[in-house]
Amino acid sequence: MKWKAKVVVRLKEGLNDPEGRVIGKALQNLGYKIDELKVPKYFELTFESENPEKDVEEMCHRLLANPVIHTYEYQIEPLGE
Amino acid sequence: MPKFAVIVFPGTNCDFETVEALRKAGGKVERVWYKSSLKDFDGVVLPGGFSYADYLRAGAISARAEIMEEVKALANDGKPILGICNGFQVLTESGLLPGALRPNKVPRFLCKWVYLKVNDTQTAFTQFYEEGEVIRMPIAHAEGNYYANDLNKVKIAFQYSDEKGNIRDDTNPNGSLLNIAGISNEKGNVLGMMPHPERASDRFLGSEDGLRVFKSMVEYAKR
Repeated sequence: MKWKAKVVVRLKEGLNDPEGRVIGKALQNLGYKIDELKVPKYFELTFESENPEKDVEEMCHRLLANPVIHTYEYQIEPLGE
Repeated sequence: MPKFAVIVFPGTNCDFETVEALRKAGGKVERVWYKSSLKDFDGVVLPGGFSYADYLRAGAISARAEIMEEVKALANDGKPILGICNGFQVLTESGLLPGALRPNKVPRFLCKWVYLKVNDTQTAFTQFYEEGEVIRMPIAHAEGNYYANDLNKVKIAFQYSDEKGNIRDDTNPNGSLLNIAGISNEKGNVLGMMPHPERASDRFLGSEDGLRVFKSMVEYAKR
């Protein structure tokens, strides 16, 4: 069975996001009242699996996120046989 | 004479300098492509550079390469494993050292000389330094901001300081917790550091302070 997963990896709350700060500052310079801007990482993948939840969880834990500094969430939808 | 492997991943670029420094320190050295084996080596250096172009996170892809299983086995055997800059990032990403290296607090690539205070002389790489000694080496990185959830478990080897060894916020180039520039594992045979000792291993380069990292490693491997 084939699946599609959408994975979002975020820096843990309270950790500094320099890229987000710079982009937020640039928007402020354009006149917008930005309080804070963060840059999560977004992954889209299609894959074949008998146990998609387990596999996506593992992929996040083993590579896509670094559990020391990141949290992650994902959505999985079937793509059919 | 102990024999060391300097591992080369796609994008590694400090391998030749590291080989040179280790040879000068008295070791036998080979550059080893990451798809090779580490059989018959007495120690390993993971040098600096931009392996896999720093895609995903610096060091993340290299840390999952097959050769890292052999590096872990050597580390468990007590062999000296040194990670410099990108190599340090590989060591944290592979779990051989605790914590993580985040993008610099000031969002840019930093390339400059810094002072370091030697905090721990009980490692395979610092035995020829004196505790509290201040040394000078260059840094060159975009992701050197050390972070750990539990600093009690972190053995600090080097800290960014001023030339007198004072550790302050304004001597911290990248935002690392406690000005951390290098750490070791509990046993002291695995060490990661962001500054480049190989670029401070000859007077011609501006400092010889880094050479003792390699001399210590060679001496340790003779045991």
